[in-house]
Amino acid sequence: MEELLKVSDLRAGIDGKEILRGINLTVRPGEVHAIMGPNGSGKSTLSGVLAGDPRFTVTGGTASLNGVDLLALSPEDRSHEGLFLSFQYPVEIPGVTMVNFMRAAVNAKRKYFNEPPMSAADFLKLMRQKRAIVELDNKLASRSVNEGFSGGEKKRNEIFQMAVLEPKLSILDETDSGLDIDALRIVAGGVNKLRTDRNATIVITHYQRLLDYIKPDFVHILYKGRIVYSGGPELALELEEKGYDWIKEQVDKE
Amino acid sequence: MTDEINNKAKEDDADVLSRATSGEYKYGFTSDIDTDVIPAGLSEDVVRLISEKKGEPEWLLDFRLKAFRHWLTLTPPEWAHLNIPEIDFQAISYYAAPRKKASPKSLDEVDPALIDTFNRLGIPLEEQKALSGMAVDAVMDSVSVRTTHRERLAELGIIFCSFSEAVREYPDLVRKYLGKVVSYRDNFYAALNSAVFSDGSFVYIPKGVRCPMELSTYFRINASGTGQFERTLIVADDDAYVSYLEGCTAPMRDENQLHAAIVEIIVEDRAEVKYSTVQNWYAGDAEGRGGVYNFVTKRGLCRGDYSKLSWTQVETGSAITWKYPSCILAGEGSVGEFYSVAVTNNRQQADTGTKMIHTGSNTRSTIVSKGISAGHSENSYRGLVKVAKDATGVRNYTQCDSLLLSDTCGAHTFPVIDCANATAIVEHEATTSKISEQQIFYCNQRGIPTEEAVALIVNGYAKEVMNKLPMEFAVEAQKLLAITLEGSVG
Repeated sequence: MEELLKVSDLRAGIDGKEILRGINLTVRPGEVHAIMGPNGSGKSTLSGVLAGDPRFTVTGGTASLNGVDLLALSPEDRSHEGLFLSFQYPVEIPGVTMVNFMRAAVNAKRKYFNEPPMSAADFLKLMRQKRAIVELDNKLASRSVNEGFSGGEKKRNEIFQMAVLEPKLSILDETDSGLDIDALRIVAGGVNKLRTDRNATIVITHYQRLLDYIKPDFVHILYKGRIVYSGGPELALELEEKGYDWIKEQVDKE
Repeated sequence: MTDEINNKAKEDDADVLSRATSGEYKYGFTSDIDTDVIPAGLSEDVVRLISEKKGEPEWLLDFRLKAFRHWLTLTPPEWAHLNIPEIDFQAISYYAAPRKKASPKSLDEVDPALIDTFNRLGIPLEEQKALSGMAVDAVMDSVSVRTTHRERLAELGIIFCSFSEAVREYPDLVRKYLGKVVSYRDNFYAALNSAVFSDGSFVYIPKGVRCPMELSTYFRINASGTGQFERTLIVADDDAYVSYLEGCTAPMRDENQLHAAIVEIIVEDRAEVKYSTVQNWYAGDAEGRGGVYNFVTKRGLCRGDYSKLSWTQVETGSAITWKYPSCILAGEGSVGEFYSVAVTNNRQQADTGTKMIHTGSNTRSTIVSKGISAGHSENSYRGLVKVAKDATGVRNYTQCDSLLLSDTCGAHTFPVIDCANATAIVEHEATTSKISEQQIFYCNQRGIPTEEAVALIVNGYAKEVMNKLPMEFAVEAQKLLAITLEGSVG
């Protein structure tokens, strides 16, 4: 089967400190991968580096999306090529309404593919359809981006944006953190509704809990900047039961 | 559902923004128009010549001469946080007028090149093409070219005409109010303007009349080596209402051009005046060559009880801006408002703000100032809130925000509170912020390029003020913000 995301020996750091020390990961269309690991193992760095967060510096390796060299693209072009990052801490932009923000996003993508801007009527229809997926009400459109949103609303808003942009690869960075069980169900339900056999999802999480709702095909354990263990969904259950210590011991021994 | 309709309007704004980020100063063209320019220099003879060219009555010439003689005793103000190169007032021509027939009765008599100029500026002078719901007085260099929709307004008793015409047709009204709010003794540039002012707009709204359309004056400098010195006088009689808009552009020239205007507003009992400005004079190039010096005195007198004056300004142009639209709140319970967005980029300098002078009891004022600085620019807010001894129950709220877009620009605030009555409640809030890298990255991740992201964020920051602008102006102003800041975040 074709490869959607191919990461080979990816190394990256921040302020001269190496955090990712040779990541290898292949994601195919239709798959859900979970990346788990203890605090400080490099999970958020990996998502940031793939999305082009300027805080991180890539020091080696490659990453491609559908055969396109991701690392050579600007963050916005990575987005246009189909990469979406659901932020662990969605950023507030005071005074910028969601409708203006999303319209700018949608039309920037259309421009990238030489398509004309979407008409206001079509865009409103799109907004209406997509916000239903995460049960956001029609006040969303006129609210400022993430400003005054509760923790749960912020995460639902991330999935709403994902629904509008229809990415090929979505990376959900600790989307479950700060969510109560109802919000978790809505967010996970939204992600599941957006799954097709042509797109893929990487779920970054600490806990098994989210994986009860978003069933992964593969589970990887990230530790000290490397994927040290990969397995099926049962690996997550094992981690829940035994914690990370057995993995740490095994790796630190080597 | 109403939400959705509102949103539609907002979306159109976003569209405008995205188009705007690819523009530059598009009003920088010059028009080849047969212009009557008097030689450079300023003297009593020049003042007399201007008055004569305009066929003015004796009392107005006297006013000019008094102002001129007073001006000779003054020196330019140096207290602002501005670096103003020395201006040679003898090198400026004080009168430039497109040659025309005495007073065009219909559009057919207006020079087609003039009509074309205003068309290119988006200000059609043909009434059928003009923005419905807006009457325009178009001023080129020293004179008013045409005022639209006058007949319709006249049916309601509203006077909206050029200042020169007002002097001819309504001399008693003009004489009654001229210089009553901004005396020629007020300051250096007010004295200069009072001596040499050439044209401008005059508005009178009679008792109890709500003006049914926006009144607008569009100022255009065209001739080179000239200054523009216009006066606007607005009188809202008891229970009257008017919303007035002012727009300005100028060609791109290497020389600096002086614009020293006066705006006087009188608001009677329970009357309300909204005055909005979108100032887009040529700002000079990236190295600071050329551009307009915008030295303006704007003041309103809320003389009537429960009267209201609201200033809204979006200042994006000019090499140097020096202006403080102010309110004298004399009437019991009168209200003054000042909403301002001032953007400076490259080498622009702005020192702008307001004065709220509370002399009446139970008067209220609100000041919202949003400064945005980029490049190597300097942006200052200067404000005075003054409460007189006998004014009880006064309230003021001031919010003063600065947004910095570079490490080489400056943002400064000089707020002064002078309160002589213990019952007053005066609040002042201030913030300074930068656009964060994380905000930009968040936008980038959603596919929005940095330039467009900055425009979005800046417009969001300024929204509170932009929302005060009439619809047509709001769209224009948003475009301007985006254009002014182009290339300012690297």
